[in-house]
Amino acid sequence: MSVTRETVAKIASLARISMDEQALDRMVPEFNSILAWVEQLGEVDCAGIEPMTAVIPQKLRLRDDVVDADPLTGGGVRDEVLANAPAPEHGFFGVPKVIE
Amino acid sequence: MADITELGVAAIRDGVAGGEFTAREVAEAFNANVAAASALNAFIVATPEKALEAADKVDADRAAGKPLGKMAGVPIGMKDLFASKGVQTTAASHILEGFKPEYESTVSQKLWDAGAGMLGKLNLDQFAMGSSNETSYFGNVISPWRRSGGDNAALAPGGSSGGSSAAVAARLCPAATGTDTGGSIRQPAAFTGISGIKPTYGRCSRWGIVAFASSLDQAGPMARDVTDCAIMLETMAGFDPKDSTSLDMPVPEWSASLDANLKGKKVGIPREYRMDGTDEEILKSWDAGIAWLKDAGAEVVDVSLPHTKYALPAYYIVAPAEASSNLARYDGVRYGLRDLPEGANLQEMYAATRAAGFGDEVKRRILIGTYVLSAGFYDAYYTQAQKVRALIARDFELAFAQCDVILAPTTPTAAFPLGDKLDDPLAMYLNDVFSVPASLAGLPAMSVPAGLNGEGLPLGLQIIGRPFDEQGVLNAGLAIEQRAAFSAKPEKWW
Repeated sequence: MSVTRETVAKIASLARISMDEQALDRMVPEFNSILAWVEQLGEVDCAGIEPMTAVIPQKLRLRDDVVDADPLTGGGVRDEVLANAPAPEHGFFGVPKVIE
Repeated sequence: MADITELGVAAIRDGVAGGEFTAREVAEAFNANVAAASALNAFIVATPEKALEAADKVDADRAAGKPLGKMAGVPIGMKDLFASKGVQTTAASHILEGFKPEYESTVSQKLWDAGAGMLGKLNLDQFAMGSSNETSYFGNVISPWRRSGGDNAALAPGGSSGGSSAAVAARLCPAATGTDTGGSIRQPAAFTGISGIKPTYGRCSRWGIVAFASSLDQAGPMARDVTDCAIMLETMAGFDPKDSTSLDMPVPEWSASLDANLKGKKVGIPREYRMDGTDEEILKSWDAGIAWLKDAGAEVVDVSLPHTKYALPAYYIVAPAEASSNLARYDGVRYGLRDLPEGANLQEMYAATRAAGFGDEVKRRILIGTYVLSAGFYDAYYTQAQKVRALIARDFELAFAQCDVILAPTTPTAAFPLGDKLDDPLAMYLNDVFSVPASLAGLPAMSVPAGLNGEGLPLGLQIIGRPFDEQGVLNAGLAIEQRAAFSAKPEKWW
């Protein structure tokens, strides 16, 4: 199945990647050749096969349900969290205005 | 005294412990090699002061009679996918340029705790997406190897751990960290005549490693021989509560248990790996590997992995799907690049930031991943790929009922010239045809050098083991290493 330029543009918009006309021109044939290639998976008989969920069977661990159960990944590190923010403001992440 | 930079992990550690040379002398020697090798572009950032600082601590500990760690006095290269506290960590992308983590990855911290020092952050394919190290925002890594016969074409060091492979092969470091999602440790190791092992999924913590495809990503060592890989893997592996898929099991003493006698072991030869288009010389080296393992006492058996041909297309659905989700975090708000065009709103800022910050291959994979996860296509692509992945894992399970390890080539060809496959993403993807199946099944797998081809370029052999059987993989690797007696190294031109 081949996808149209409009589909690729829509996917790019869902992925929040702005693409100009030139970038779309390049991407559409590449996108289609990759899709045509992965479509050979359709010929595999997967009747009765469960999709893989974990490559090595494991039980998901739960941490204790208390504040800062693991201090290494807990809270209280606002300055560290903001240290690499491009536009921190008053202890928050700054973003362009979203409410008029 | 012999040139220290010709020594590997074990020799350096033992030399430092025995007082043959100081850790500082070692760090200075490797710092000098790093500084003189800018033509290879293997490092994004060099950190000579970090290497010296770690070395001085080891020398002081030794003088004070304190016990020394497993990697004491060994300076290493750190793939720039591991978060380094206070040192720029980029995943070779523009979107993370200037990012200085406030924390250290678990794997790198374990290495520093064991007495290793950091020579610098190694170049890689952007977000570890690539097989030739040509997708880095910080430029291509050039392989130290050249074809014999005077052709000076720049060759690919492999990818994505191309800075790691080039640096170890060129003696800029005795060992380096790598990460392997679909072959990113094994393929570059094969291209540059070094050894590298990807352990069982979950052995090494993923905490602090920039995520690409979380169900596949595994860290591992790259070094010049099997023993060095074993020592370094012991240091890197271990349970970490901060990674939900970390294996909660003890780390064996792999290096102390190395044994190249394979009597009573069975080596499987997968018939589906004999593919059309595989280089004749690769097939010859595979036959040599079979003979070496027989010589080591192993019995060779024919095995079948019937879904092999579907591994790559399944990988190119699963990995981009996970990548599209993982890379959603780069939004221009929390860290990294922000591109805010005049008058842009929040959504426009996201899209502009990501357009400016991601390279073409990264965008390609994010778009493919977004597509295969989108409503209406999820089952046809993603669910089907996860079913095929289950079949590939089952193939291995059935094969391992008949054998202990599997022997195969690491790559279908030797290193190719830079630029050769750049215009054709599919041709590039096909270079991982032999390495991706073990990744999809989460199995330990390593590449060891087998010899040189007619053009004087290294070829690698791959050993794949059962889950948790790194020892079996390392032992078979050692048996090959002893018989291949690979001693070639690139002639210095940089």
